[in-house]
Amino acid sequence: MEIEEEYIISGIKFGILSQEQIKKLSVVSITVPDTYDEEWTPISFGLVDKKLGTLEPGQTCDTCGGKIDQCPGHFGRIDLARPVIHIGFIKHILNSLQATCANCNRILLDDVRIEKYKKLLDKFRQKNLTLLANLVINLVIKRSSQNEICPHCKVSQPKIKFERPFYFYEERERIPRPLTPFDIYERLRKIRDDEARLLGFDPPYSRPESTILFSLPVPPIIIRPSITLETGERSEDDLTHKLGDIVRTNEKLKQSIDSASPQLIIDEHWNLLQFHVATYFDNEIAGVSPSIHRSGRPLKTLAQRLKGKEGRFRGNLSGKRVDFSARTVISPDPYISIDEVGVPYEVAKRLTIPVKVTSWNLKELQTYVINGPDNYPGANYVITPEGRQIDLRFVKDRYQLAQQLTVGYVVERHLKDGDLVLFNRQPSLHRMSMMAHRVKALPYKTFRIHPLVCPPYNADFDGDEMNLFVPQDEEAKSELEVIMKVEKQMLTPRYGGMIIGALHDYITASYLLTRRQTKLSRFLTACILAHAEYKGALDKDEYSGREIFEFFLPEINYEGKCLAVFDEEDKNLVIKKGKILKGVIDHNAIGDQKARTLLHKIYLKYGPEKTKDFLNKLGWALIFFLDHYGFTIGLDEEDLPREVYEEIEKIINKHVEKVNEYIELYRKGKLEREPGSTLEDTLEQKIIDELNLARDEAGKFAEKFFSRENSVLITAKTGARGKMLNLIHMSVCIGQQTLRGKRMYRGYEGRILPHFKKGDLGAFAKGFIKSNYKIGLNPIEFFIHAVSGREGLVDTAVRTSQSGYMQRRLINALLDVYVDYDGTVKDTEGNIIQFIYGEDGVDPAMSVWHDPVDVEDIVKEVMEEDETV
Amino acid sequence: MGKTNFNILEHELVPEHIILSKKEKIKLLKELNIKPHQLPWILVSDPVCKKIGAKPGDVIMIIRKSPTAGKTVAYRYVVPIKVKEA
Repeated sequence: MEIEEEYIISGIKFGILSQEQIKKLSVVSITVPDTYDEEWTPISFGLVDKKLGTLEPGQTCDTCGGKIDQCPGHFGRIDLARPVIHIGFIKHILNSLQATCANCNRILLDDVRIEKYKKLLDKFRQKNLTLLANLVINLVIKRSSQNEICPHCKVSQPKIKFERPFYFYEERERIPRPLTPFDIYERLRKIRDDEARLLGFDPPYSRPESTILFSLPVPPIIIRPSITLETGERSEDDLTHKLGDIVRTNEKLKQSIDSASPQLIIDEHWNLLQFHVATYFDNEIAGVSPSIHRSGRPLKTLAQRLKGKEGRFRGNLSGKRVDFSARTVISPDPYISIDEVGVPYEVAKRLTIPVKVTSWNLKELQTYVINGPDNYPGANYVITPEGRQIDLRFVKDRYQLAQQLTVGYVVERHLKDGDLVLFNRQPSLHRMSMMAHRVKALPYKTFRIHPLVCPPYNADFDGDEMNLFVPQDEEAKSELEVIMKVEKQMLTPRYGGMIIGALHDYITASYLLTRRQTKLSRFLTACILAHAEYKGALDKDEYSGREIFEFFLPEINYEGKCLAVFDEEDKNLVIKKGKILKGVIDHNAIGDQKARTLLHKIYLKYGPEKTKDFLNKLGWALIFFLDHYGFTIGLDEEDLPREVYEEIEKIINKHVEKVNEYIELYRKGKLEREPGSTLEDTLEQKIIDELNLARDEAGKFAEKFFSRENSVLITAKTGARGKMLNLIHMSVCIGQQTLRGKRMYRGYEGRILPHFKKGDLGAFAKGFIKSNYKIGLNPIEFFIHAVSGREGLVDTAVRTSQSGYMQRRLINALLDVYVDYDGTVKDTEGNIIQFIYGEDGVDPAMSVWHDPVDVEDIVKEVMEEDETV
Repeated sequence: MGKTNFNILEHELVPEHIILSKKEKIKLLKELNIKPHQLPWILVSDPVCKKIGAKPGDVIMIIRKSPTAGKTVAYRYVVPIKVKEA
């Protein structure tokens, strides 16, 4: 087939096919409910009539004579013996019947009103104001349906009733009379074109009576292909099965009409036909039992093909799978830059970037072509100026081809170091879930990422996989470069702080490095700085840790609180002109997921590039320092002296005793009731308070006996990992276990385990754990702990699924809302959602904890400048 | 409650509603460069509309308290009925 003329689509108009259009569209009337005969040839007038198009290569179409790749397929039709209602237009049919007169079929409004609405509707239609046009239509339908007497022919109107799934009645003086599709068709047909328009139809493209089907279009067979199983058996598509049902019922109905069967029999067949046609369109209609396959599986009919997650829209149109993408397991590599991604050679050799040959890159591209598809860095395809694609796998003399390259050729070369690619981890809840990284080709089979970019992706390395996409043109590349690069996504719009920052070991290391007593030899200093790619001379024999840190700091002023307070002197971090005067560097200064930190200030003052450099270099230095220092956590660090354990025991016993006293008081009825709660609640609250006090007091007492060098203590106090509570759990006391926010209560009658007395309200009978992890739990405590721990796991599982669905609904509701240049928030139709974004016009990512500018900091900055002048 | 003579406009949760004059309306629409129906809508049957006597086609200025901006101004276009489908 030659292309004769070219057209440009200027628009799409939707309408309803009329009877004439269906007839004109179809090439054959289907009357036989079968597919193939014994010789496997399609039966004429059957469901897979050869006129409907081709299915397999080699077949020719009986209509257009085209082969599989030429014939687009052709529609057939089923001429129904009796008309049926189209299930998708039920609402429109009901509205039209209710809004028009049963006698003269005019809209039930007086001429003046009709004229007024017509004018309005025309005006809105002309100006393309769909929303307002719909408003008029709804108004017409609502107003006219309320009229009981026709203003035109003065006939009183019957009430039109609809009964699910597809029955209509008209009711006069409480006596219902069924309306057959014939009756409905007659009424809808008589509605004038201009008035149909007021009901939302668009004649001649859609007319009210087109909602009643006299013949049904049969889609071409490529829409519903039959499959040949390995056994040689043929299996038909669900749609073909459904169409078979329709044809079968239709033929039966025809017979019963021709043989003048009783009306009751005819009606029964008619009704069945209506059911089949309805389920052909939608097999999930409320109040209709879905039609099923032989195996009992509900058939997938037209609506089911479109609807839902795996439907045409969400599954095939929004959810297309793309080329130039890769997915594999991720693993950490702290020695690459935070904006890099390690890509396995095997992946880099399969993903390509098309590069146009120019006089500047000719030499380079020639070497790629010579290297070919298997040697890295090479190329997989060459595209000639005529647009022919040459697969380098099958080129015998690549050297010769390379010599042919001139300007105008395109080489699809392998991914190489420095290429920008898009990297993503699901669920993509954030804009930071998709960031642009620079490629670094590496051996082995995992993607490598810097540990510091784990927080924005919410990634860890317990088997997580991530996706990588390669941009194919300059436009995509520049978007990655300008808006998606890692360093440009370091501020989160959630709270306006740094989402990327030091974590875990980096925090520990920076604390150990910057505390007062740290002194390093010249050699060690050189080693550390070498790891950070520092170039320059060292003039001292000994450096303090702080001095080393200062090598990385720009000339900045900063004041903030320290998390790790071991010395009163170092309670606050004070930095003047890039020199640390007081304090230590901990999570509050360079930590991740925090606003108003030293790191945040560096970012705001020096920009993404410098901040990335700062983090990279500092990170490499800190990692090396910590390696050298040898930071580790041992079992013995959770031990406490025997006397301390005895004292802890005493403290806990004291409080448990107090609990028993409360219970005793309650038993005697002498407990004072707290206002607003029952006596039982009062007791419960007092016990909970007392037991919490027990753990806290014991913890506080024990804390004094941990050395300052205790590793867990350091990680907890610097904010690197864990809280003091975790240390207390390990070496002091685990404390009360809860179930749904209460002390443990479920299990046996009046007790949680048979080891307790019924009705025992004491500390241990309700889940207080006196032991700690180091010493170990007794079996009862262990069981209780497991119960409480399981609740936590179940909670997280439930919460993620619920919040995931909530997020989906929010995104669907908000996805095309945007901030316009004038600061208003609009949807795609230009309707205003907010008059100023967020009512204050502040971008949360650029704000400092919800304020557009950090006034306090600016004032401080200016005052300091004044002092120095 | 029935027909207690209670003025909803004086309730603390009801922000200030002002009907714009024709001039103000034209000026506003020109500033925002939009058609009136692109403003958020409010039904004539809304209790506040009834109380202040707004008619379909009017634009109402609403001055609200806002947690982010302190005070914020919004506008609504008065319409006769709801639209079921968009």
